[in-house]
Amino acid sequence: MPLLEIERLAVSFTRYRSRWGKEKVQVLHDVEFSVDAGEVVAVIGASGSGKSLLAHALLGILPENFSASGTIRYRGEPLDAERLKQMRGKEIALVPQSVRFLDPLMRVGAQVRLSVRGDDPYAAQREVFHRYGLAPETENMYPFQLSGGMARRVLVSTATVSGARVIIADEPTPGLQAEDVREALRHFREHADAGCAVLVITHDIESVLTIADRVVVLYAGTTVEIAPAADFTGDGSRLRHPYSRALWQALPQNGFTPIPGTQPQPGKWPSGCLFAPRCDQASPECTFSRPELRTVRAGQVRCIHAHSEDDERGISIDEAASDGI
Amino acid sequence: MYGLRRTGAFFVRKAARLVTLLIAVSILSFSLVSLSPIDPVQAYIGADLMRVGAEQRENIAAYWGLDAPPPERYLRWASAVVRGDLGTSMIYREPVAKVIQEQFFHSLLLMLAAWLMSGVIGFLAGSLAAMKKDSWFDRFIVWYCYTLAATPAFWLGLVLMVVFSVWLGWFPVGMGVPAGVLAEQVTWLDKLEHLVLPAITLSIVGIAPIALHTRQKLIEVLSSDYVLFARARGETPLSIYRRHGLRNIAFPALTLQFASFSELFGGTVLVEHVFSYPGLGEAMVEAGLRGDVPLLLGIVLFSTVFVFIGNAIADFIYRVIDPRLREAQAS
Amino acid sequence: MNLRLRALLTVIVASVLLIVIAVWGTLIPVEQMETRLELRNLPPSISHPFGTDWLGRDMLQRTLKGLSVSIQVGLAGAACSALIATVLGLAAATLGKAADRLVSWLIDLFLSVPHLVTLILIAFVSGGGMRGVIIAVALTHWPNLARIVRAEAMQVMTADYVAISRRLGRSRRWIAWHHVFPHLWPQVLVGFLLLFPHAILHEAAISFLGLGLSPHEPAVGIILSESMRYLSTGMWWLAVFPGLCLLIIVRMFDRLGEQLRLLTDPRHARL
Repeated sequence: MPLLEIERLAVSFTRYRSRWGKEKVQVLHDVEFSVDAGEVVAVIGASGSGKSLLAHALLGILPENFSASGTIRYRGEPLDAERLKQMRGKEIALVPQSVRFLDPLMRVGAQVRLSVRGDDPYAAQREVFHRYGLAPETENMYPFQLSGGMARRVLVSTATVSGARVIIADEPTPGLQAEDVREALRHFREHADAGCAVLVITHDIESVLTIADRVVVLYAGTTVEIAPAADFTGDGSRLRHPYSRALWQALPQNGFTPIPGTQPQPGKWPSGCLFAPRCDQASPECTFSRPELRTVRAGQVRCIHAHSEDDERGISIDEAASDGI
Repeated sequence: MYGLRRTGAFFVRKAARLVTLLIAVSILSFSLVSLSPIDPVQAYIGADLMRVGAEQRENIAAYWGLDAPPPERYLRWASAVVRGDLGTSMIYREPVAKVIQEQFFHSLLLMLAAWLMSGVIGFLAGSLAAMKKDSWFDRFIVWYCYTLAATPAFWLGLVLMVVFSVWLGWFPVGMGVPAGVLAEQVTWLDKLEHLVLPAITLSIVGIAPIALHTRQKLIEVLSSDYVLFARARGETPLSIYRRHGLRNIAFPALTLQFASFSELFGGTVLVEHVFSYPGLGEAMVEAGLRGDVPLLLGIVLFSTVFVFIGNAIADFIYRVIDPRLREAQAS
Repeated sequence: MNLRLRALLTVIVASVLLIVIAVWGTLIPVEQMETRLELRNLPPSISHPFGTDWLGRDMLQRTLKGLSVSIQVGLAGAACSALIATVLGLAAATLGKAADRLVSWLIDLFLSVPHLVTLILIAFVSGGGMRGVIIAVALTHWPNLARIVRAEAMQVMTADYVAISRRLGRSRRWIAWHHVFPHLWPQVLVGFLLLFPHAILHEAAISFLGLGLSPHEPAVGIILSESMRYLSTGMWWLAVFPGLCLLIIVRMFDRLGEQLRLLTDPRHARL
């Protein structure tokens, strides 16, 4: 049984159009994936695909005008808002993006100790600082005094000392030097190897592939593909969704091919497949309805053109359509 | 801790600033007074001709340097001030320095009470409003603050007096001490009774800025990334307020409260007048009404020092207590 | 209805009301203000909503008259203050470092003495009365606006066309007047309107203390000051209504200034 399962997760926010009119805008919808113990799952997507909101929804810390629906299961047990509140910090821990997530007026040691669930916060904090190679005097520093790499290690420490089984890292490597990135990611791998379920939300596909077991691709607020990390290889032909392939091919070392068009804004989504307007394989069927997530070759994909056998590339549209639904 | 040397340097810098400020304020106010049609000596003598003897008249003339050109008169006055001689008050028939000292003590009680009350209540109200943002309580606090900012303080005093002294009879109508009672016989209870309404008036007015400021700051803090992370760690709203809220809003609030000495002084003048509370404010009004130039100038200088001290403390808190500024300077 | 329209409506309604009160007050015929001893000390009633005073004068008429005087004095004081602020702010930004330093020094100087103390001093020196109060208000309220004007003008001075104008040999004063000032007047207008509530409150305060307008110029401060003697006998209406009306007027002008600021602030332009 997966440690964390997400089914049909949707997030929307209420916006005032004028003094009287309100409207609900969906940001995330039909997000599905699961994370097993001992596994690192990467969630990738361009900015604007709703990645950070996903992390906040999983922790139940969305801003006031946001609401979430769908099912989140922890060890098979569905989590409602109340359970989520009890779980966060204890069973589910967040590793935030940057030093801005630390209280600027509180010494970092004290902030790490706030996360400790055991009896001896000092011992736990000192042990984890030692483990991550932070000098003992670091605990008396204020956040603004930390270097980028040190800040990373302090932020990871908060999750480590909490003893949480699920770790959600939101964009953990922005603006870091290559060496610090490798180190930060290695810490996540260590957590997974110790039996945690680790979710790394990032736009840095290349780095995260070095530690991820599976990859969830997010586009316009939904899961378009769930693939084993090993499928991100070569020209990307083993990937199931045209967007995943395009994302892969847009990387500098894979041809640097830009994807035409832009990701649609929340509230302005097309009625059919969300990627259809930018897709080179789009057919009229694609605009009829949004495709369901279905299993294709040990992965899942939300595209009617995806097919099971590698040698059937170039399949005709009719066949794909009948195959799909 | 903040280096002793650094603290010393801070105070030396502030003291130098105060000296130049006092020189500027004294030149400006002295020239204003000498530009006026009211001649200090004439005002002094004219108001109470009978009691001023020829000898005294000469003393006054000597003090003010009668007939000398204005710059020389200023220098004469300024050098006397530097020696601690602010002249003699016409109304009180006592050295100005002594009058200010005595009157300020009365006012200090009133100001301190109001300052503490408005600070504590304003901070709590602002905190609560921010914690319950957009609730009816929040709306009420914001409405209250904006309305209070538009309320004449002296009118508020009059209304409170009508309600609590005239209608309910809880407090005496005006006067710092009961009329017809010798100064020695005035008990602390009497003094306290006469202090309550003025202090309440002054603090009601003072709540608005501190409450609005605290609310604004706390809303910023609560929408910050570090509070989001605190929530992700499972902290409750109360512990977030205690651990992160207080820490981040207390110093700005304290700074603002110290920097508001100017408004406090102004409010005290008005409130003392409404309640006939004998303090420095009422002394200043009397000095203005009856042309007591030495006292007026003395109070101008004194109020400058008073405001300056408040601002300096605010500045000090800001530099010394905020670790970002402190460590930035140390490194 | 969008926020812009709402702001505009607030502005129009508030300005019309204020103008009506200011003009109406001056038009109240003298005979209505006459003393009528048979109508002394009447509490509020239908024929005298605000009651009558110790001389039998109708308090509603007196309040209107007082508000009118207060508004006029406040407007004059605020206008002079805005003028001083504009000139000094503009000078600081355009006439070079020395001018800038002098103006900043002046601003600091005026902010370092309590407002009311400066007011009392200046009112005392100028001998009170309408002129004295206007001078006192004008001389004490400019520092904050001067800072804003200075900052805005500095911004304009960095523009390319100012640099070109400079190279063409235009004088600093020419640039200040032709290039910088036209950009400032919305700020100055809003600043003036936001100054007004302070001006009118301080005018009332100083008149209340007896250092401002004389009893012959029956502004609200005077009415309240005179009422003090009668409050202990229970004539609450003498103080409550005039002060309440002053409060409403001040609050309204506050709103007016805020709304106008929203209208002119480019950051809110899309609202």
